Amino acid sequence: MTKSISRRSFLKISGATTVGLSVAATLPDKFLLWAEEQGMVKPTYTATLCEICFWKCGVMAKSLNGRVVKLEGNPNHPGARGRLCARGNGGTGLLYDPDRLRSPMIRTGARGDGQYRKASWDEALNLVAEKLAAIKKQHGPESVALFTHGTPTDHFLPLLSAFGSPNVGMPSFAQCRGPRDVGLELTFGETIGSPERLDMANSKVIVLLGSHLGENMHNSQVQDFTEAIGKGAKFIVVDPRFSIAAGKAAHWLPIRPATDMALVLTWINVIIAEGLYDRDYIGRYAEGFAELAKAVEKYTPEWAEKETDIPAAQILETARLMGKNAPSVCIHPGRHATWYGDDVQRTRSLGILMALLGSWGRPGGAFFATNASFPKMEAKPFPESRETLNGGGFPFAGAEGVTQAIRSSTIDGKPYPIKAWIVTGTNLMKSIPNQKETLEAINKLDFLVAVDVMPFDTVMLADVILPECSYLERHDALAVGKGKSLTVSLRQPVIEPRYESKPGWWIAKELGTRLGLAEYFPWKTYEDKIKSQCQHWGVDYEQLKKLGTITIADTAAPFITASNPPVFKTKSGKIELYSGELKEKGFDPVPQYTQHQRPKGGEFRLIYGRHAVHTFSRTTNNPELHELCPENVVWVNAGIAKEMGLADGNYVTLVNQDGARSNPIKAKVTERIREDCVYMIHGFGTKSKALKKAFQKGADDQGLVTRYAVDPICGGTGMRVNFVRINKEFIDA
Amino acid sequence: MPKYAMVIDQRRCVACMACVVACKKENEVPPEQFRTRVVESTEGTYPLLRMELRSELCNHCDNPPCVYNCPTGASYKRKEDGLVLLRKNRCVGCKSCLAACPYDARYINEEKGYADKCTFCEHRIKEGKEPACVATCIGKSRIFGDLDDPRSNVSRALRENHHEVLLESAGTKPRVYYVKKFSKPE
Repeated sequence: MTKSISRRSFLKISGATTVGLSVAATLPDKFLLWAEEQGMVKPTYTATLCEICFWKCGVMAKSLNGRVVKLEGNPNHPGARGRLCARGNGGTGLLYDPDRLRSPMIRTGARGDGQYRKASWDEALNLVAEKLAAIKKQHGPESVALFTHGTPTDHFLPLLSAFGSPNVGMPSFAQCRGPRDVGLELTFGETIGSPERLDMANSKVIVLLGSHLGENMHNSQVQDFTEAIGKGAKFIVVDPRFSIAAGKAAHWLPIRPATDMALVLTWINVIIAEGLYDRDYIGRYAEGFAELAKAVEKYTPEWAEKETDIPAAQILETARLMGKNAPSVCIHPGRHATWYGDDVQRTRSLGILMALLGSWGRPGGAFFATNASFPKMEAKPFPESRETLNGGGFPFAGAEGVTQAIRSSTIDGKPYPIKAWIVTGTNLMKSIPNQKETLEAINKLDFLVAVDVMPFDTVMLADVILPECSYLERHDALAVGKGKSLTVSLRQPVIEPRYESKPGWWIAKELGTRLGLAEYFPWKTYEDKIKSQCQHWGVDYEQLKKLGTITIADTAAPFITASNPPVFKTKSGKIELYSGELKEKGFDPVPQYTQHQRPKGGEFRLIYGRHAVHTFSRTTNNPELHELCPENVVWVNAGIAKEMGLADGNYVTLVNQDGARSNPIKAKVTERIREDCVYMIHGFGTKSKALKKAFQKGADDQGLVTRYAVDPICGGTGMRVNFVRINKEFIDA
Repeated sequence: MPKYAMVIDQRRCVACMACVVACKKENEVPPEQFRTRVVESTEGTYPLLRMELRSELCNHCDNPPCVYNCPTGASYKRKEDGLVLLRKNRCVGCKSCLAACPYDARYINEEKGYADKCTFCEHRIKEGKEPACVATCIGKSRIFGDLDDPRSNVSRALRENHHEVLLESAGTKPRVYYVKKFSKPE
């Protein structure tokens, strides 16, 4: 019907009278934009928070007659500073994606065959509650596990805790930041936070080790990164691939994959041997220097050259560049740190390097989070639960849980059975390595319920699917930011939920009520909860609604000064260059290098990364973003391609060491990568037919990660330990 | 009278495509068509490589071939600020301008039947805002302003840095300038 109204006929209608627009709620974007141009409709702006990725930038959403037409960065928000990345700009693509989950669904066919019937919310919620209650009765509450990522966690983790289960697993730990956070905690007593507290805009030298900022689009961090470029900072980029960041670098070090620690330990040795470290800082704040110096003696540039394939002279030169510019050197500790299974130790070595340069707590290095916080709200305490199994027996597993430990307990029932999964905001098939194991676990479950916006691969394996509305249609927990200053930001709906989708808080509360846990949700709407929180915190809610973000004044103390001495929450109260805690648990107290397996002839190490327009597997179906990057390609070194007779754009399949075969994927023949590895963007090769744009586009890197190296310290799954062969498919692009 | 221009500081571009999506949303650009793009090209052989990231858009030329080649007078150069714009109701979609533009900056909006291209977000300038691509540019690589104002960001960027235009030899006198190097050549 909307198509039939042409611009001209609208002119006729509205030319006579201007009342036409009050009925225009269903008119298309372009029509409304045109009408706005004519001054007939005034746009409204709503401040809210993005959820296209975990950076959660402040957004000003522009809507016309109830339709969201444009998203812009909120200048008040520290993560956005008035700007949004491509994904943030494309957020309306999620809101108006025709493939969105529209109503609750109950599985009618076999698991995985995609057969579902629509159900009412009442029926679906009753069924979920009934199943969970039955499992609780038979096996205990701890046999229900939650896998989660993003803001749904704020609603479903309290539900899980109230239900009586401690078993939560977030891929953000064991498949991502875990080893980094643990490594920094062991060194400095705290981690670097998210957004990472790096004072990059003021750095003179920035070191990126396997981090491809720019392609890895973390809004304010990339803003700082480019600010540093503008100020003439020098970049040392360690990456087997000539990344965008490498393209900006004074030193690109195309390292042999899996030898990063050899390089970092050698840098440490050079910096100590040449006296380039900050003696005063180390003397005051660190302990274990003598042990460190002795333990890294053997890592000479000449040795490292053989190991890493980086010339000894360049290792020396870059070490000196850091030393000369200390402490304004930013050693980026990375984010997705699960590479080779010794990732805690690698991050420790990066932390030690930061400490030697004196850059932790100094301008141009890493800054301290504000000490200020909001007063705690009183809440009903959760019931005692049985001991969690989500630590997987790893001595330093974090509270986010080790996902694959829950997975293996689901399979073998040890130490106790896991019978049901609740999955919210994470696509486990794409996020946890070895899909066979994940499927095996899912097939053992009595019950799987998924809460999400889109029919991702994992959602389409669920017994009951509950459609959450997108971030532009809901309230979520207040986002408290502890960067330089204390901030609080609000997510509020820009429009009412589309279709029959519902906010996560509503779904959790309704389930809670049906499970007899209503007293844990003692508010009518989430806005009520937010309002009372604001009152408790002394934050003006009306102001927050308008501004989106409020920064609490005078809460910043980012750097070490005489009146702001650093506090290290380690056992010794100092920076631990030598870790007694690790020694106690039987690990190397000072990081030591171990050589990892290398590819055999004809094999390539599979490495993977991010694209600036995509977030994991969550945006590949977004029409606005799909258009810019519809499928991934596999990067193959030009020399190797020539040997193989492979041309740019030829389709290939990749087969890994265990015989796992990828979808056909286009080869990108390029000088921008080493000969011993291939690279692809993570998150493609969707198997869910319900994602009509993304279905079967590109290849799934996780499908080729059948092997993973578990970090014995924290349970992180190193996923860059798979080798592939390239098979030509003889299909031209 | 302002003289609008854009400076692309290529050093600060990370090819994140924020500009591309913001432009499309701001200007309701149809699927598969673009008013701006980011081109990546890498020279050299491994490991001696050099990368260029280049945002491309309408150059709002002072000597605009698209305007000269428009048979209906739809394309015009606005006197007061130098923007190259289009009177949509006069356009017949003949594609002369597409052929004339050496920068591949134009497309035909198939649904509506006229040629279209970047307007420097003329409608936003009117409201005192920057073009959408500039406002969202993560790297502050895109700089917009008035060349006649010596204090404007564009004037300062051009004063402080060596700059070039695309296809200078085409004689189009572009108003989009590119900063590639770190300072003026010796």
